[in-house]
Amino acid sequence: MTQQQLGSFPGGLKLPGHKKRSTQLPIRRMPISKRLVLPLQQHIGEAAVPIVEVGEKVLKGQRIARAEGHVSVCLHAPTSGVIKAIADHQVPHPSGLTAPCVMIETDGEDRWIERNPVPDFRSLSSHEIRQRVREAGIVGLGGAGFPSFIKLNPGVRHHVETLLINGAECEPYITCDDMIMRERAAGIIEGIEIMMFALRAKECVIAIEDNKPESISAMRFALTANKALSETTRIVIIPTKYPTGGEKQLIQVITGKEVPSKGLPIDIGIVCHNPGTAYAVGRAIRHGEPLLSRIVTVTGTDVTHAGNFETLFGTPIRELLEFCETKRQPDEPFIMGGPMMGYNLSGDDLPITKTSNCILAGVDEVAIASQPLPCIRCGECAVACPASLLPQQLYWYSRSKEFDKTEEYNLFDCIECGCCDYVCPSKIPLVSYFRFAKTEIMNQERERRKSDIARERHENRLARQERERVEKEERQKQRKAALAASKAAQKKAENTEAESTTEAAAVKEDN
Amino acid sequence: MSIFRLSPPYLAGANHVTLQMMQVLLALVPAVVAMVYFFGYGVLVNITLAVAVALATEALMLRIRERPVKPFLSDGSAVVTAVLLALAIPPLSPWWLTTVGVVFAIVFAKHLYGGLGYNPFNPAMVGYVLLLLSFPVEMTTWLPVASMSQQPVDLMMAISYVFTGQLPGALTMDTLSGATPLDAMKTQISQLRPPEVIMNQPLFGMFSGKGWEWVNFWFLLGGIYLIYKRVISWHVPVAMIGTLFVISGIFQLIAPELTGTPMFHLFSGATMIGAFFIATDPVSGSTTLKGRLIFGAGVGLLTFVIRVWGGYPDGVAFAVILMNMLVPLIDYYTQPRVYGAR
Repeated sequence: MTQQQLGSFPGGLKLPGHKKRSTQLPIRRMPISKRLVLPLQQHIGEAAVPIVEVGEKVLKGQRIARAEGHVSVCLHAPTSGVIKAIADHQVPHPSGLTAPCVMIETDGEDRWIERNPVPDFRSLSSHEIRQRVREAGIVGLGGAGFPSFIKLNPGVRHHVETLLINGAECEPYITCDDMIMRERAAGIIEGIEIMMFALRAKECVIAIEDNKPESISAMRFALTANKALSETTRIVIIPTKYPTGGEKQLIQVITGKEVPSKGLPIDIGIVCHNPGTAYAVGRAIRHGEPLLSRIVTVTGTDVTHAGNFETLFGTPIRELLEFCETKRQPDEPFIMGGPMMGYNLSGDDLPITKTSNCILAGVDEVAIASQPLPCIRCGECAVACPASLLPQQLYWYSRSKEFDKTEEYNLFDCIECGCCDYVCPSKIPLVSYFRFAKTEIMNQERERRKSDIARERHENRLARQERERVEKEERQKQRKAALAASKAAQKKAENTEAESTTEAAAVKEDN
Repeated sequence: MSIFRLSPPYLAGANHVTLQMMQVLLALVPAVVAMVYFFGYGVLVNITLAVAVALATEALMLRIRERPVKPFLSDGSAVVTAVLLALAIPPLSPWWLTTVGVVFAIVFAKHLYGGLGYNPFNPAMVGYVLLLLSFPVEMTTWLPVASMSQQPVDLMMAISYVFTGQLPGALTMDTLSGATPLDAMKTQISQLRPPEVIMNQPLFGMFSGKGWEWVNFWFLLGGIYLIYKRVISWHVPVAMIGTLFVISGIFQLIAPELTGTPMFHLFSGATMIGAFFIATDPVSGSTTLKGRLIFGAGVGLLTFVIRVWGGYPDGVAFAVILMNMLVPLIDYYTQPRVYGAR
């Protein structure tokens, strides 16, 4: 494989990584919690539908909820125990709302259900692989949680050139991808092989930022062990820059191509997956293990013993924080995800879900809530923007609620990476303004669609009534005419019976 | 973790408006020292007076507009406006001249448009142009370089003149003052004297006005510091200086009798302070990178046009204000291509 010239994207930031804090110890297994809380919706799409009863005994890996609709995945019991309740519970979401969850009281035996491993994945069809990935409950583990089976479908219109494994992990503090690549490289390679097979991809690129030398060598070592795969797969070391891990930015760095606006990577023959997802796919197919746990980074200035933990879904975040010992007060807010794109949560009872990549308690260089100064139009935000937007214009129009203008300035190409916020000398919360504008526009859109449908219905109804009226009149007219004609014919027939075969025919024709 | 923002990102860069303004003031120091050296202590008196008036006016306007006084007063923008204006007016100016200029800049050019961030025109230049149009005599009473005049201007003399209009002994402003190099060049060219002959007069130095070339040099150095510190981007200064250089170079070749050399233009009058400290004002300038190149080039071109064919010896202030008017148009047509756009 020849090393291709790397592309780059405009803007971005060189951020202090603070990654060493959580990479000093290997991945540890979080002890099984007494009680697990499993939200039915841990992915983008439709929530799963529970298929267990309260009081039912479940085994580790047993399905407890089925996928509903197309964009959905199944959910499994992360360990053996008893279903205690199916009820609303607080979930880790910025809204702080509750959502339906399955509560399991664990028995500590961790007894598996019968598994169905497929040592040779080539005996399966692409469709069967997707089905199994869906049934295994696998979603994108990078943080978005989009059902992975959909992204393993090349579809009929596209063909997949490149499977891109996103090992950039560009956000400061987060190290779960780094650690899984260091320690489970062989498993990731296994998963990649299956993904390539399902996608019928020509090549695979594993992109890793140059601040993760241990990951790079571990992945290299694992790849060389697989002769067949190393023919089509290469590891590309990319410069450390935020937000290189953004899908669009990574594609630009690796291929020099851009994902069309409002399009998907597959439009240019690329499918992007996280290394953790690849590992999960490998476990699901080769070992028959559904997705029951994930690696969670617990770190931050308030955490005494930071590190990465293999954590069962549903484990209370409080237990993780206690396990690591923190200086924080109970119920003090923490960040879910990274410091640039994560969101803050409070409530210690919240569970770890499929998308919980990092629990961050306390950051250096913290942004203090303060009254922002006016925009001085310095343009630093535009320089930092990786999408080449003009954030100062977007801010101006979002603030004045001129939403059509924000769309003209390509608001929806904003990936909300927060680079503009970071560099703003006036400390304006730009991303919050953009999110506000996006939400408003989407609401307006929804309203408009609703009223469009209502209006269309109304117009259709009027048209139908009008048509019916016209038809009715027409029918009446015809009936009248027919009646009149037949009467006239009768009269004529009575009067002049002898002649008029021709006339009668003419009258008939008139009718 | 104490109080942090309730929305991401939770990390903040060190960049801050106040920090930027302080860097600008720091970058002005060498040129201010040079100006004091060449033109006397009047420069310092002007600056002190202008800053005091600016802060008082700013505080008053913030109070009237019911805006928080402390955060806005400490952002440093009023101080920068005041210092730039003080450096633009003659080194011995009556107190009311400075005061009128600063008050007009802060009240009309800044706060009546909405304060920091909302002014379409550079406040310092608006104040300067008001003074130039209203008080042409006072605004053109410049001092020749101190070493040339028999009477150096010391601090007491400067204070005395600024606040009372009195000069020691039999001195009058007429005996002290003289034409600036740009002025002399323009006047004498209109008398059909060739520029290279004019340049031999004692008012001129190596390639521009004596003293002025050094002042411009230190503004240039301060400007490079600002670029290095990423307070300003290189686009406006490079475009402005480049355009001025190229266009004066062209005229040097085709009509040398018309004006001075490119080096004369670069190191005369307000070229360097304009290129690095005035045209780079983010609020009233273009925000896109391509737009900044156009904006800077426009300022350079207009400066040359006004210097050569206009009614005033220097044209930077007018050029900046005229280009300020074009900013919305420039910004609209120079939007960068967005990621993924077809």
